[in-house]
Amino acid sequence: MANLQSNSGEPKVNYEYRRKKSAEDMRMQVVTFTMMIFFTVIAFAAVGAGFSKWFILPFVLLLAIVQVVFQLYYFMHMSHKGHAVPQFFMYSGILIAFLTILAFLTIIWW
Amino acid sequence: MAAEEKFTPQTWPESPEQATLEGKNKFIGFWLFLGGETVLFASLFATYLALKDSVPSPDHALAKDLFELPLVFMMTMLLLTSSLTSVFAMYHMKNYNFKKMQTWLFITVVLGFGFLGCEIYEFNHYVHEYEHTFTSSAFGSAFYTLVGFHGGHVTFGLFWIIALMVRNAKRGLNLYNAPKFYLASLYWHFIDVVWVFIFTVVYLMGMVG
Repeated sequence: MANLQSNSGEPKVNYEYRRKKSAEDMRMQVVTFTMMIFFTVIAFAAVGAGFSKWFILPFVLLLAIVQVVFQLYYFMHMSHKGHAVPQFFMYSGILIAFLTILAFLTIIWW
Repeated sequence: MAAEEKFTPQTWPESPEQATLEGKNKFIGFWLFLGGETVLFASLFATYLALKDSVPSPDHALAKDLFELPLVFMMTMLLLTSSLTSVFAMYHMKNYNFKKMQTWLFITVVLGFGFLGCEIYEFNHYVHEYEHTFTSSAFGSAFYTLVGFHGGHVTFGLFWIIALMVRNAKRGLNLYNAPKFYLASLYWHFIDVVWVFIFTVVYLMGMVG
């Protein structure tokens, strides 16, 4: 029981290694968060500054996509091992989502 | 490995949320649910985009008359920060530190309620100052369905996290409740993912027309 997850045969060393790894993960999360805040501020500033519509629309959409990738891969740990099935589910969902929005924007009008 | 077994930080598994078969199944099942939620929200976004600014007469307020950036910015910061605090909570969960996990979850909940308060204020403002209601126009219906559905998710997430915190307050962490905490935090992140698109597509893009 003592070495459920041990891969070094030395539980204490293994424990310290895991602590360090998880602290590194945490630093990465904080960096991710800082960048997300930064992107959000830029997006709001671009709209506030009143640039041309044809610059703002693709620009803020791009920033949103980058933010969501950060959120999924770092905050929701999709970058970790053992996330092949979640990736399959999410990408399938995103594909259908994209098709739905495309259809509503092109086929439907009032 | 019994689910109720007592652990120490040294014996706590590396991925406690997937250390039991039940945990593994929940993990897979929950991601399938999130894939489905993506499609659900896409249909609401698609409806909103198709019906945006569809009002019966010119005296109805349009998107650019309604939205105010400072409030939306504040809501975004609240939700984004709460996403980080729930990451902190999961960091302490993985280190088998129950007290710190509970503390960060509590901060997450407080930030979540802050967000919800802003949203209630916002909707109230639109209804009373602009006569922009669920039934006033197709634009109103699509707007309140999309943003309100997200608000409903926030509310559900808050009560979910509170229920877990209260139920396990005296139990501490074990392999039975670790997956529960982990999934609640995934759900909370997903709410933030949806909000990123709401503030971009509805508010920011709504402001520029």
